[in-house]
Amino acid sequence: MNISKEEIQHLAELSRLDLSADEIEKYRVELGSILDYVKMLDEVKTDKVALTAQVSGLMDVFREDKVKDWNKTEVELALNQAEREKGNIKVKRVLQ
Amino acid sequence: MNLNELTIQEARLMLDEGKTSALEITEACLKQIEALNGDLNACLTVCAELARAEAKMADARLKQGEKGILLGIPYLCKDILMTKGVRTTAASKILENYIAPYDATVVRKLKEAGAVLLGKTNLDEFAHGASTENSAYGPTKNPYDLKRVAGGSSGGSAAAVASNMCLFALASDTGGSIRQPASFCGVVGLKPSYGKVSRFGLLSMTSSTDCVGPITKTVFDAELVLDAISGRDELDATTATAEMTNVSSNAVLSSAVKPLAGLKVGLPEEYFLKDLNPEVRDRIMAIVDKLKLAGAEIKNVSLPYTKYGIPVYYIITPSEVSSNLARFDGIAWGLKKEEAINLQEFYKKSRGAGFGAEAKRRIMLGTYVLSAGYYDAYYKKAQTVRTLIIEDFNKVFKEVDLLLTPTSPHGAFKIGDQSNDPLAMYLEDIFVTGASLSGLPAISIPAGVVTVAGGGKMPLGAQFIAPRFYESLMLKVAKLISKN
Repeated sequence: MNISKEEIQHLAELSRLDLSADEIEKYRVELGSILDYVKMLDEVKTDKVALTAQVSGLMDVFREDKVKDWNKTEVELALNQAEREKGNIKVKRVLQ
Repeated sequence: MNLNELTIQEARLMLDEGKTSALEITEACLKQIEALNGDLNACLTVCAELARAEAKMADARLKQGEKGILLGIPYLCKDILMTKGVRTTAASKILENYIAPYDATVVRKLKEAGAVLLGKTNLDEFAHGASTENSAYGPTKNPYDLKRVAGGSSGGSAAAVASNMCLFALASDTGGSIRQPASFCGVVGLKPSYGKVSRFGLLSMTSSTDCVGPITKTVFDAELVLDAISGRDELDATTATAEMTNVSSNAVLSSAVKPLAGLKVGLPEEYFLKDLNPEVRDRIMAIVDKLKLAGAEIKNVSLPYTKYGIPVYYIITPSEVSSNLARFDGIAWGLKKEEAINLQEFYKKSRGAGFGAEAKRRIMLGTYVLSAGYYDAYYKKAQTVRTLIIEDFNKVFKEVDLLLTPTSPHGAFKIGDQSNDPLAMYLEDIFVTGASLSGLPAISIPAGVVTVAGGGKMPLGAQFIAPRFYESLMLKVAKLISKN
């Protein structure tokens, strides 16, 4: 399957991945050949087949909607790489 | 015999009889890691001080008369499971300096059982691969031939067990990642039924097939570890209830002379096609002979949708990967590219620099097949064919109790031989994706050696596949076959 350079650039944008020109060309070729391969599924008749999203054998697992305090040292460990200000996580500017 | 070479079963006896201590076994393992890891690159992190402290604690518990199957047993853990206070990288640059804030449920269970964590093992980045060549920290080498891969994605765990760096290792299997490296390294690899073992604290790859399981020196040991780590977990809503896992087989295994009388084992013809390496066929047929001798009945069966396993897997997996890896945005943890001027650019630069080639490939492939206009043609199509693959197994398990297949179509290949062709690497999973997509338990046990491309002989595994939650029957048969 022929995927265009623009399609790969669009995918990279959606995936939030900064790619070099070499990477774009590499993925253009590789994704094309992988998609060609998986297209073999077209030969299987599936009109009346239900789809499988998961195999746990469980449905609608409920629990009480209760707030549980997470261990403070674990929270600190989890967030200590983030830039923080007044207890909030600071991110880069969203709007220009 | 060196203490690091012991099986869990042997070490248990020695520890309980006071013939050795957890600290002595731990020191022997640490010494072996130090001696071999430079060549093998099986471990990414070794936590020697923590291990010694845990070993001393285990010895104190033993001294007080406490009994426990894994009390004082040193192990290594695949670096995709969270280990509190210990670096957890998923073999990715994006998590190079990440310290896990809590333990995965399986790690917590082992800690409570008194097992000793020695360190973290190498893998394909985020478990994407079949050779451990996709690790950002270099490939793991096969202990039987340093020019060859250890398999993947749990190559580090398999190589570590094969080279006696530990008594057992934890690993994860999404589409063969426990079984295939176990086959390549000549050890035992057990993928439990989906939902048998908690995934809490396992860095998610393909949530609908991810399973945590052990790599061990014997089938007996695999069962011991499985017993310690399995069970319903409040923190993983997909874990099975006790009611679901309480199954009993119709197969009667009692007679001492013909211990497998009444057992029916199926050989699926799609796993033994004409182009299968005759040596691989011979190794499996040798196991068939043992099964027959023990009284089992062998039946040829068919799983006609087998050949669609790989295309289904490589649509479903990238789809789930693209979603699961979205959380790595550089903000609360992981690699950051501070020079970005806005949030969008920060995401793109951090992720572009942090993820390796295969992770990026899967993220984009998943994003493609899930996008508007392609969703029905790829993702939904794969989900329906997945149903047909599951139905194949359901039908066959009405005729037989277990299936026997090769784990891999060949022994370990040379490092670099397949890494330039992503599709060739995907085809490595040919015999292992079926059980994963269907949530079935499967085990790879050593089946001898086969000649490999480039010369020499390398280990090969035989795979048993069982109906969901029939681990106990599968292990019983695998134990018997391994013994004789």
